[in-house]
Amino acid sequence: MIEEKFDAIVVGAGMAGNAAALTMAKRGMKVLQFERGEYPGSKNVQGAILYADMMEKLVPEFREEAPLERHLVEQRFWMMDDRSHVGMHYRSEDFNEERPNRYTIIRAQFDKWFSSKVREAGATVLCETTVTELARDERERIVGVRTDRRDGEIHADVVVLAEGVNGLLGTRAGLRARPTPDNVALAVKEMHFLPRETIEARFNLKGDEGVVIEAAGTISRGMTGMGFIYANKECISLGIGCLVADFQRTGQTPYVLLDQFKRHPSVAPLIAGSEVKEYSAHLIPEGGYKSIPQLYGEGWVVVGDAAQLNNAIHREGSNLAMTSGRIAAEAIGLLKSRGEPMSATNLSIYKKMLDDSFVIKDLKKYKDLPPLMHTQSQNFFLTYPQLISKAMQNFVRVDGTPKAEKEKATLKSFVKARSWTGLFGDACRFARAWR
Amino acid sequence: MNVEPRVRVEDKLYYNRYLVDVGHPHVKVRAHTTPSPQLLALLKACPARCYELNDDGQVEITVDGCIECGTCRVIAEPTGDIQWSHPRGGFGVLFKFG
Repeated sequence: MIEEKFDAIVVGAGMAGNAAALTMAKRGMKVLQFERGEYPGSKNVQGAILYADMMEKLVPEFREEAPLERHLVEQRFWMMDDRSHVGMHYRSEDFNEERPNRYTIIRAQFDKWFSSKVREAGATVLCETTVTELARDERERIVGVRTDRRDGEIHADVVVLAEGVNGLLGTRAGLRARPTPDNVALAVKEMHFLPRETIEARFNLKGDEGVVIEAAGTISRGMTGMGFIYANKECISLGIGCLVADFQRTGQTPYVLLDQFKRHPSVAPLIAGSEVKEYSAHLIPEGGYKSIPQLYGEGWVVVGDAAQLNNAIHREGSNLAMTSGRIAAEAIGLLKSRGEPMSATNLSIYKKMLDDSFVIKDLKKYKDLPPLMHTQSQNFFLTYPQLISKAMQNFVRVDGTPKAEKEKATLKSFVKARSWTGLFGDACRFARAWR
Repeated sequence: MNVEPRVRVEDKLYYNRYLVDVGHPHVKVRAHTTPSPQLLALLKACPARCYELNDDGQVEITVDGCIECGTCRVIAEPTGDIQWSHPRGGFGVLFKFG
């Protein structure tokens, strides 16, 4: 039995939980953090890209200490059909800067380091402990947690739910709904190991430069989904994710999809001869702004993936997680310093602060895109990639056909596949949702 | 048409580290005679292929290779077809890279 009472209990040691625990511990608050894994990071799965700006706000000197892989100098977007890809690549020497903007990381290793900073700041971190239930008082306020260590109830003024996309506590306690199949994606990923020099040669990199490839098209077999390839120092993270509702509807299997992606002629040479050392899977919140649940209540706040804070369009999640964790912790710290209780009314300041940040502003901007992508998945992920591939081939293949005829054929193929009204409608819908 | 090579997910799971909590499966399938569409969907959607049909046509789960993604929870917990909990602290999949 842990008799002492804490200022705050944090459930989960991912990006959001660590950001919250660190921020509160640095303010001198008495923080207890639970992690069900063997060590912080052992249950956490991400691509993974780290966004430096948000990390600097937590640990300004992270570049000197944290296990980072490569700083990104190039971003490639691929629109794929079965035999080709149409790419847009952006590479800039500007990204070879003193304080690079984005890095690839390996989450299990990074999170372990991040957690060491949380401990250094004075928080108590208990691993191998699954929180099983939230504890309430007679007025139904959240006053602490119960764990599977048979310690009885452990009390705190506030509980920060950083339990991830698949968090059970908040949903079991009725604080938010369980994610639905159409607002989460299932991503599967493999870690492919290759010698450093091989990776650098294949991806056109020198030193610690890195590149990410985001791919969409027929690789998702008409489902709403994306593939990704991230270059780390001595391995490549490669995966593909699609909406759970689409997997359910189509009966596609995630590992077959992953293997087809790996065998694509544009992908296979990048990983040829690699040694796979891990296979993982994880859910990704995809519902956007409209799926954000109630973020606070009597004695609790929810942060990160558990709150569906993920920007599916920009593939940003960990930065929203760490920012929401930090902001929640600052809100709690503010109330604590004023000696005010952690009531729902007072904790609403967390939502106000989050609304004013890029987290909610960005999600609001794209609030209509997830539903559009989900209902139009056949068009956006099958029809258009195939049409665009054909158009490109028509453009570059030299076969004696007059250019005017080629252009006519390309236009005809678009109209045949989607009709004029369809094309116009898609463009308008997309523009409206993007704006 | 070229034939797709068979993908053996068992080979993929072999890369991973697990600490199996023998006798305490964290996911349970409700007893049934005919599986619901949700349960049948899990045969394909589970990325670790933990769900299989037995000889009587019922869906069974073996959680040893579970990578704890929660896909089955999202699909089949609302209908009561499965019960989903996290493994006890320290047990389950142990990612080296994540």
